[in-house]
Amino acid sequence: MQKLTLNGSKPTRFGFGEGLVTLGERYDNVVVLGGDITGSVMTSLFKEKFPDRFFSIGIAEQNATTIAAGLALSGKIPFFASYGAFCALRNADQLRISVCYNEANVKIGGGHAGISVGPDGATHQVLEEVAFLRTLPHMTMLVPCDYTETLKATIAMGEKNGPAYVRFGRSPVPLFTTADTPFEIGKAQVFREGNDVAIVACGAMVWEAMLAAEELAKRGIQARVINSPSIKPFDVQTITDAARECGAIVTAEEHQIHGGLGAATAEVVAKNAPAPIEFVGVKDSFGGSGEPEELMRLFGLTWKEIYASALKAMERRDKGSSGYRQVRDVEQYIGA
Amino acid sequence: MNFDFTTTTFDNRRHSADELAVIAKEIRQDIIKMLAIAKSGHSGGPLSSADIFAVLYFNGCMNYDSQNPAMPGRDRFILSAGHMCPVQYAALANAGFFPKEELATLRQYNTRLQGHPARDMGLPGIETSSGSLGQGISVAVGMAMSDKLLDKNNACVFALTGDGELQEGSVWEAAMAASNFGLDNFCWIIDNNDCQIDGRLRDVMNVYPIVDKCVSFGFDVVECNGHNFDELAAAFDAFKKNHAGNSGKPTAIIANTKMGRGVSFMEDSYKWHGMPPNSEQAVQALKDLA
Repeated sequence: MQKLTLNGSKPTRFGFGEGLVTLGERYDNVVVLGGDITGSVMTSLFKEKFPDRFFSIGIAEQNATTIAAGLALSGKIPFFASYGAFCALRNADQLRISVCYNEANVKIGGGHAGISVGPDGATHQVLEEVAFLRTLPHMTMLVPCDYTETLKATIAMGEKNGPAYVRFGRSPVPLFTTADTPFEIGKAQVFREGNDVAIVACGAMVWEAMLAAEELAKRGIQARVINSPSIKPFDVQTITDAARECGAIVTAEEHQIHGGLGAATAEVVAKNAPAPIEFVGVKDSFGGSGEPEELMRLFGLTWKEIYASALKAMERRDKGSSGYRQVRDVEQYIGA
Repeated sequence: MNFDFTTTTFDNRRHSADELAVIAKEIRQDIIKMLAIAKSGHSGGPLSSADIFAVLYFNGCMNYDSQNPAMPGRDRFILSAGHMCPVQYAALANAGFFPKEELATLRQYNTRLQGHPARDMGLPGIETSSGSLGQGISVAVGMAMSDKLLDKNNACVFALTGDGELQEGSVWEAAMAASNFGLDNFCWIIDNNDCQIDGRLRDVMNVYPIVDKCVSFGFDVVECNGHNFDELAAAFDAFKKNHAGNSGKPTAIIANTKMGRGVSFMEDSYKWHGMPPNSEQAVQALKDLA
């Protein structure tokens, strides 16, 4: 297995913007629709390079989504990008009917995902779209973990026929995968071997999971870290194997704990290999203004919560369900 | 009760007003039979727009090949008001896209004639799924952009919305874009029968004046009597002229119609928006139409 090491930080949105340019170079029928925030979701890179294949639709996400469907039904590969709050939820019905029911080859780039958006506050910090998108028939839903993987995910979704969505963020996040790191739609990757507990993560929480695993190793606990960028289709086999072989699972995502990666994991584990699961994510609340790192800490989205949850999941496994006791405080474990 | 379909079909050359009246009558009779057999579906809109469909599909207006429905460079029609699909199914069957006897399967399990148009069921001539109002017109704008701005072909895209559908805000997003991109290959048809499920448009949510709205959104607007074949033909001719002349402006045809047209007890009654006739009513309706 490749040893993953930190190589600075970079926003995932850069990977999306650069991926579009690569697709534009490879395929004449890739077109991009802008929703007035082309600079911040990096579609501006495509616009500069391929002005004849870029169309500004204005602040009209419902229209952009359905226009994309019309373009796709005409043999084009349209990408529409905006903030996830507006291009996954405001246009939800358009995605459901004109894109997915039509099986139209429409690609959506959802930026500014999660609370790491920072100062813009709750309106712009989408934390619910993974839950919605993974219920749509025919939809492919990707949450890559860093800049490099976002680049790969963008190119891969462009080359796969059918509706697809990629989630990325605004702020710089740790860069640790490389060109050689495997990426395939529908596959999760084991980023760290271990059989004591499994941590399933996506997006920026994958690096936090790696940090948690390092801390756990100091206590002699070998955690298996699974990067699951493909929320749909979901890698059932890798998750099932982890549940069977580790018997305790933690999920980690910058999203509501309801309906996202944790729920997808729980659906698989409950059916195939029941095991205790702890969920790290946003707990049924909206975000708020603040600095990205400050918010991640205040909302409990760091390695510390993953670490504590791993111990808790292992404890539940080892004591059986009757031995389950409520963990009152993360610090109880951190300080242990 | 015998609601068998005829095997009559019609071609797409230009027809006289009298000939178009015969075609529209056949479409209306097919609509009544379909709805009576299905015991479900919308009567009002399909009957109000049957004359529009007669001109659209059977007067040389649209370039299509019923034997090659995916023909590259074809003109495309999008029924944004998806609930009105019985009229489109009847028009397609009468144009030879599929056997007319299949009309009897409307709304049955696994039919290609779903309650609202379903592209994935593969009915020839259905270009997009629709039924959630306000979306089809926007899909059509995307198609017209593809034809005019990317493929740079000579194809046209037609989209029909209801008038109640104009209450959906995304309709106006689509209209804004059609004008913004100079889509003179785009023709928006509004079936203005002034009825929606709950009542008259003014009583539910006033969308008038429609003509002024379309003009201000940058359309060339043709208002016509949607039951007069000469006026309808002239309206589509005006659109074709705009397109041929590269006017840079999309066209809106506002066809003033009556809900339930041609059936005495349905005409101009919003109560028939979403109801099918029962067997006895269907027999009476077919008598009215004969």
